[in-house]
Amino acid sequence: MFSLISKWPLVRQIREQKDGTGLESMSDKTRAMHARIDDAQVARSICPYCGVGCGQLIYHKDGKLISIEGDPESPISQGNLCPKGAASYQLLTHSRRELKVKYRAPRATQWTEMSLDRAMDMVAERVWESRKRTFITQENGSTINHTTAICHLGGATLDNEENYLIKKLFTGGLGMVCVSNQARI
Amino acid sequence: MSRSWKVRRSPATSFPVVCRAVLLFLIGLSNRRPNLVCRRIYTPNSHLPAHRMAEDFRAVTARRAKCGETMIGEGTQSTNQRRHNYVQENVEVGFFTGPTVCIGCKACEVACKEWNEVPDDGFTWIGNSYDNTGRLGASTWRHVLFLEQDCQKGNQITGLMGLSDAQSEDPFRWIFLSDVCKHCEEAGCLEACPTGSIVRTEVGSVFVQNDVCNGCGYCVVSCPFGVIDRRPQPLPDAGGAFKCTFCYDRQKSGLVPACAKVCPTESIVFGRLDDLRARASQRVEQLKQSGYEDAQLYDPQETSVRGIHAFFLILGEPEAYGLPPKPQVPTIYLKSAWTSALLTSIAALIAVLGAFLFFG
Amino acid sequence: MPGLGTSFGRGGATTAQQDLANADCILIEGSSMAEAHPVGFRWVMKAKERGATIIHVDPRFSRTSALADIWIPIRAGSDIAFLGALVRHIIENELFFREYVVHYTNASCILRDDYGDPEDRADGYFSGWNEDARNYSMQSWQYKGEGLSFPERDLTLQDSQCVFQKLKRHFARYTPEMVEKVCGISPALFYKVADTLVKASGPDKTAAICYAVGWTQHSKGVQIIRTASILQLLLGNIGRPGGGILALRGHASIQGSTDIPTLYDILPGYLPMPRGGEEETLQQYLDAHTPKTGLWSNTPSYFISLLKAYYGKHATAENNFGYNWLPKLTADHSFFEYLYDMADGKMEGMFLIGQNSAVGAPNSRLQRKSMAKLKWFVIRDMVETEPARFWRDSAEIERGELKTEEIETEVFFFPAAGHAEKEGAFTNTQRLLQWREKAVDPPGDCRSDAWFIHQLALRLIGKARAARDPIDEPLRALDWWYPEDRFGEPKMEAVLAEINGWKTPVAAATDRGSIEGVLFGGVDREGNHHHEAQIDGYEELKNDGSTACGCWIYSGVFSRDGVNKANSRKSRDYLGHGWGFSWPSDRRIIYNRASARPGGEPWSERKKLVWWDSGNWTGIDVPDFKKDKPPDYEPQNQERGLDGQRGDAPFILHEDGLGWLYVPKGLQDGPMPTHYEPLESPVHNALYSRDTNPVVNWFTRAENRFAPPGDPRFPFVLTTYRLTEHHTGGGMSRFLSHLSELQPEMFVEVSPELDEPEWQNHPSSRGSVSFWRSGPVTRQCCQ
Repeated sequence: MFSLISKWPLVRQIREQKDGTGLESMSDKTRAMHARIDDAQVARSICPYCGVGCGQLIYHKDGKLISIEGDPESPISQGNLCPKGAASYQLLTHSRRELKVKYRAPRATQWTEMSLDRAMDMVAERVWESRKRTFITQENGSTINHTTAICHLGGATLDNEENYLIKKLFTGGLGMVCVSNQARI
Repeated sequence: MSRSWKVRRSPATSFPVVCRAVLLFLIGLSNRRPNLVCRRIYTPNSHLPAHRMAEDFRAVTARRAKCGETMIGEGTQSTNQRRHNYVQENVEVGFFTGPTVCIGCKACEVACKEWNEVPDDGFTWIGNSYDNTGRLGASTWRHVLFLEQDCQKGNQITGLMGLSDAQSEDPFRWIFLSDVCKHCEEAGCLEACPTGSIVRTEVGSVFVQNDVCNGCGYCVVSCPFGVIDRRPQPLPDAGGAFKCTFCYDRQKSGLVPACAKVCPTESIVFGRLDDLRARASQRVEQLKQSGYEDAQLYDPQETSVRGIHAFFLILGEPEAYGLPPKPQVPTIYLKSAWTSALLTSIAALIAVLGAFLFFG
Repeated sequence: MPGLGTSFGRGGATTAQQDLANADCILIEGSSMAEAHPVGFRWVMKAKERGATIIHVDPRFSRTSALADIWIPIRAGSDIAFLGALVRHIIENELFFREYVVHYTNASCILRDDYGDPEDRADGYFSGWNEDARNYSMQSWQYKGEGLSFPERDLTLQDSQCVFQKLKRHFARYTPEMVEKVCGISPALFYKVADTLVKASGPDKTAAICYAVGWTQHSKGVQIIRTASILQLLLGNIGRPGGGILALRGHASIQGSTDIPTLYDILPGYLPMPRGGEEETLQQYLDAHTPKTGLWSNTPSYFISLLKAYYGKHATAENNFGYNWLPKLTADHSFFEYLYDMADGKMEGMFLIGQNSAVGAPNSRLQRKSMAKLKWFVIRDMVETEPARFWRDSAEIERGELKTEEIETEVFFFPAAGHAEKEGAFTNTQRLLQWREKAVDPPGDCRSDAWFIHQLALRLIGKARAARDPIDEPLRALDWWYPEDRFGEPKMEAVLAEINGWKTPVAAATDRGSIEGVLFGGVDREGNHHHEAQIDGYEELKNDGSTACGCWIYSGVFSRDGVNKANSRKSRDYLGHGWGFSWPSDRRIIYNRASARPGGEPWSERKKLVWWDSGNWTGIDVPDFKKDKPPDYEPQNQERGLDGQRGDAPFILHEDGLGWLYVPKGLQDGPMPTHYEPLESPVHNALYSRDTNPVVNWFTRAENRFAPPGDPRFPFVLTTYRLTEHHTGGGMSRFLSHLSELQPEMFVEVSPELDEPEWQNHPSSRGSVSFWRSGPVTRQCCQ
């Protein structure tokens, strides 16, 4: 009986000399609170937006992203980000991100879904055919070995390695010369 | 927008409500501040050795004062990133936010929403300068103000304006400042909360416990700054009261609040309150010397809120920033309110009795 | 990036962002840095806190102007007139940093007698103009004598044919009064900027300049950057802490996309693409691009190592290392040119990877209509951007100009992986390679662009091996050795290792020695011996096929021990050594030999960076100079390579080792910057009779008309800018609620004088744009 009465907030407030606005009023949830990145793994990354190149810490757990924040050790950003960098968790997780390959046939009014493998095979086939049709080996008596009927336009959020592979395959392998990039638009 | 409020929890915690009602009545009668009982659960800073959070800033200021210039690489450290144990050590903390380096990028707004998983609250183009956020509220815990004023900012030269030897133009300036919950020393919301949902934490911040809040809304009208609000439908957790948590979860893990951590120019500085106040007064002095004659601190310690944990350096008058020059906690009116209630009820009682006697 | 490249040697920012904090003055022009590069602006604010003066020159009062000490409103497109006047002011009043200018720039070099300046007839043309071909013959722009390696010099700068005197004469008409007329900047303001800049430059002071696409996207962008380069050379601010020119790149890897280009006219490391006709053989190519002195004298090593990286064991001395397989250029194959091929239906297929040309490229209407002429169209992005839906709900479909049922284009949309879902390196605005670790697997069908190219390559190489057609020889020879992970994604460190370079396999595999530290054990995806140890830097590259290197300027990003320096994360000093890898050779402030006096000692204690000390160059940064070349070294017998350059010649990529106030080769539109009006300027040129840059390709045709200068139908100037809250075409910001709610609509800011209802709709000669509302925003200045 006494223990029940002593749990009464009024009794507790008088006994413990507390007014119920401090730690004594914290719920179990509040008491157990901690940053959700505490037990996460972290990958060190770089912000994908502008050219400043801020360091990012990508917190993840069990294959899921948890949070993205600035990397305090970066000599450039010292842990800071701009609004875009701060929103990059949303960039990767928002609901309008496309997760499926989509294909639109000639004159079709709708997308159709397609497997990744099939789409890759079809693209390879298109490149192969177009290149065969349009490849020029000689022009004005000079060897040129190029095609101007397939073009590429890349964004500047591609990695150096990706750009390297693009140039190596498209120009070095396929002989495409119409290769361009955001950097020159 | 129609606002339909959903009260999420029945006031099952009626005992605390009764208790606090009784307590507030007693407080009101005695007109004593709620610190009649031991409120200070955190150690006052003055008892702890001074922390050197702003050492780099101070070193640069000192050297500039001495020889007018700095060496390469000096003064480039961030003061906003270090890990801390403020919660464990019960150290009073604060935000010091200033407009002289704020670039109005709104990173604080985004970082706050990302970390605290606060939903977006509408895509309305307000076009009030570059501000489309509007005001602090249940789903906006940081808000960058954009002020356009017809006066000069320090010695800034904007076009011909500011050049002494040229014909003058109408002066103007554009000021950005990130507003936030002030985490008052005497917090209106906390005093009004009947459920014990709002508590004072180890670091002196005011924290709303979402799992306890019953959505009564008393806090909303009691905030002298109009910060706290209930979240409307159809947003998640609608009905409950929300405001800046001072990233209590991060602080418990030794991390800096998300807004201060992200701020690219360190316009928002997080740290020990005493340290920040020292840095702030130094900063005001420095600014006054370099032409910002109207620089002042907004930290109302003389009024009944008795100081705030998120204080500001402002240029000009606080009203322009939507900051009340003399904010008051509503409970200071309790004595007169309860007294007049008492007098009124006595008068009513006498009238009723009189009526019975007179007509009886 | 030829503006910086021709002035100093390398097409990259000369300094690091965090070094801005050391500046005594920062001039920001052609950029709203606080809005477009907020975290970089952190260092501008640090500088301001340390006492620097911040100057912002911009037509618009932006968030950057609000934070600057001085905002100078300028008429859009008149930057050369303004900067040129600063050049004139500094020369006429003898305010330049004489010792720096005399020793480190080509001010003293003597020009040929037949050099002709626009000043001669005030018509705006240099000598050598060919009206029919609409280009210059650049012979008369050379130094006197032969080549550029050992120019005749007059260190007193008095010779009337020396660059300094020519520069003085060229800019003579760029007076403060002209600035007022052309730029709308009053002389009082002009002098304020000039005084501030000059006071903040000298042995113990430095000033920095920051620019972005507000310069580069002009028809004369290169020459605006050139004018800034001249200014910085005259003030002695290049290669020194707190100085330099910082090109602010707008995307994570704009710098990377030109260093390792997906551009038609260059190969990795700024090696030129071979041209048909005059560069038919390897020898012809090498002869054309190998100067006697300077770093480019090793072009054969860089180029042959690249061919070895492309074609591996198939590239041999016998087949000229596969030179024949590389396609040759026959014309301008840039985006604007091939867009017309698209519009004419000559283009069969297009890859659009992480780009939004239906929103971000000029004349978006023509862009979308041209897409409908393609046979097939591959788009890779994270969201369904406008190009992916041009056939469904574009403005052209709405207006009935295109009909969905009639569009023959096959469209493939591939969802892309995000930055945390793949590994790889970006090169940021200060030439810094920073590696990203992979955090999580990409969701659904999302894959990296590397995966896409790799899988496409495997399929095409497979077809080529089966086909035996001679035109497929380069595909069969392509060295596609990359090991994969379980998704079929190539290991990106393998690609970076190839970019870094290694020794090619020795024929006798028996004495290979230790493979310790050799990346991927030196074997390819099939387990065959593929490469030897990584090289430590481009100095090790050879022209005999014994080394392979995918991009010579990135060489050194891997150490011999296999450590990926792009992924190093221990910053040791304020310049960030130990964090990432800054090309070239981890030098953070390039041309830093100039931070020391000609004799080798620092200009001042406060601004010391690199200096000569007991037989070696040493200092805070990695010296951008031959480590043991004494400051008083002089070539005796016209030596080749770096030995042909003096000990006080800091710009080691130029043949003469000097900073180029005057560019004797490499620019199409003139050796010195000249003010021309923008292509569609509402006014005529006040300086010369020629209105616009004569060599500009107008790309004019019916769907893409231009209004000539002074066209009374189009009297207003409309410029665009980036908001902090959004990113380029919007694919990475418009779909994000936390960003979109901050700036949910497009708006226009209008000068109060012009704020009329008609501003709701803005026609140009190519189309019109409607805005939701006209923006009040703060009082803006447009002229």
